[in-house]
Amino acid sequence: MKEMRALIAVEAKLLFRDPITWLAAIALPSAVLLIFGSLFKAEPDPALGGQRWIDLFVPSLLVITLGTLGIQTLPIRLATYREKGVLRRLSTTPAHPARLLAAQLVVYIVTALIALVLLVVVGHLVYAIPWPGNPLGFVVAFTLGLTALFSIGLLVAAIAPSNRAATAIAIPMFFAVMFLGGVYLPRTMLPETLQRIGDLTPPGVQGLQDAWLGSAPQLGPLVGLAVVTVVLGAIAVRAFRWE
Amino acid sequence: MNVIEVTHLTKRYGARAAVDDVSFSVEEGEIFGILGPNGAGKTTTVESIVGLRTPDSGDIRVLGLDPRRDRERLRSLVGVQLQESQLPDRMTVGEALDLFAAFYGDPADPRRLLDDLGLAGQRGTAYRNLSGGQKQRLSIALALVGRPRIAVLDELSTGLDPQARRDTWDLIESIRERGVTVLLVTHLMEEAERLADRVAVIREGRIIALDTPAGVVSMVDPEQRLRFWPSTPIDDRVLTDLPEVRSVQHAGPTVVVTGTGNLIAAVTAVLARHEVIANDLRVDQASLDEAYLELTARPSTRLVKELS
Repeated sequence: MKEMRALIAVEAKLLFRDPITWLAAIALPSAVLLIFGSLFKAEPDPALGGQRWIDLFVPSLLVITLGTLGIQTLPIRLATYREKGVLRRLSTTPAHPARLLAAQLVVYIVTALIALVLLVVVGHLVYAIPWPGNPLGFVVAFTLGLTALFSIGLLVAAIAPSNRAATAIAIPMFFAVMFLGGVYLPRTMLPETLQRIGDLTPPGVQGLQDAWLGSAPQLGPLVGLAVVTVVLGAIAVRAFRWE
Repeated sequence: MNVIEVTHLTKRYGARAAVDDVSFSVEEGEIFGILGPNGAGKTTTVESIVGLRTPDSGDIRVLGLDPRRDRERLRSLVGVQLQESQLPDRMTVGEALDLFAAFYGDPADPRRLLDDLGLAGQRGTAYRNLSGGQKQRLSIALALVGRPRIAVLDELSTGLDPQARRDTWDLIESIRERGVTVLLVTHLMEEAERLADRVAVIREGRIIALDTPAGVVSMVDPEQRLRFWPSTPIDDRVLTDLPEVRSVQHAGPTVVVTGTGNLIAAVTAVLARHEVIANDLRVDQASLDEAYLELTARPSTRLVKELS
């Protein structure tokens, strides 16, 4: 327990000393909301079922946080640790390197939660975006989206032979996830096919959106996220090399 | 008591045997050097000892335990400083030591350890801003923070300047004084000669010599050289008649005598008999360096002399 606490504390400090990463994860979604909100008037739109576009935008913005942490920071940092021999060194101490991995996940999950709370509060205070209509459904969708994205990140860390390779895989993946998640263009503007692909692509923005607006997220995509988590996570754990 | 016992250790990578039938044992409290050129199999040997590699055959006991099966228990008993293992760039010295201290049940006091290692002023310095010598000392501190019974140090003075190297050597001696057994891997003769109680010289995966540093030197019976400035001229034949002397040369007023065996005693005795004073007498003693070069350059004869 003592070592887990120490590892989490150190990982948190290291993340804090990397402002580009934590600003992107925590502050960027709220900043984008404020910028877009000040540029485009948010009025009820019959094409969106009477919703304002800004009400639908919050789940997409969360993709920035989850993507930054899960498929950029996590794999690149782990690959760097492996390349620098940090994991190998840890494996000669009573601390198994798996605990370092666990400590990182804890830190990133807490970071994601901070970003989520900040975004919801900012949206509510500035644009009167309602609180999540189905909080339980939202938590389930958010958690599964996060675990699915993180298992992709782990798989990248497991198979990338070097820090450079991890970066080369992670960056395009990150942009694909952002695009399909509706960060660059509202999802309603994407072709139907891309929207459906986006429903199923981690972190499953449609489920987040449904829960946000008050209905239960569809079971199918949630199960899909759970399967992605379990299958990719298992492959990553089997393929992972500590050195 | 032997704290490390290696018997018939063999490890292959493909068709090549990186370690080929290596056996030795390390006694409690000694500094044992593993010496050899790059690629001789030193690192593979120690990595097998600390459980990072699985040998193809042979047996290893560390404190009576099997490094693979009992790896969990050994991790808290053996402190390891690995070649080429770094820390995250932004981690500070103090954080690294506190973190590693948290891994052990009864760690050393991190602050005192930093003082002892001359890193007290670097507590708040990020890893990437440390000099090579400071990184190396931090790495040694991390290997010692768990109060290990055995410290394994792989190429610890690589990349250090001469002063930092000497400081590190003093440090290793102080580690031994704490009762820690030290397994030292090095390709530097000077380091082995200065620190090690016994050395195993490894070449192409095999032990070619296993003895005290002085013993290894004597195995090759290398040439010695005496230089002096005689108070009165002396006939060369007086010296060349000695069975120990191989040649006599003159460099200005200085006489240079080369030979083997107990050269100094023979030459000084004969000079005294002729009432010649050897001014400014210097002895170029053969070093482990030369012995090592000779040993590792020889065709693959085996010269193992076990001290059991």
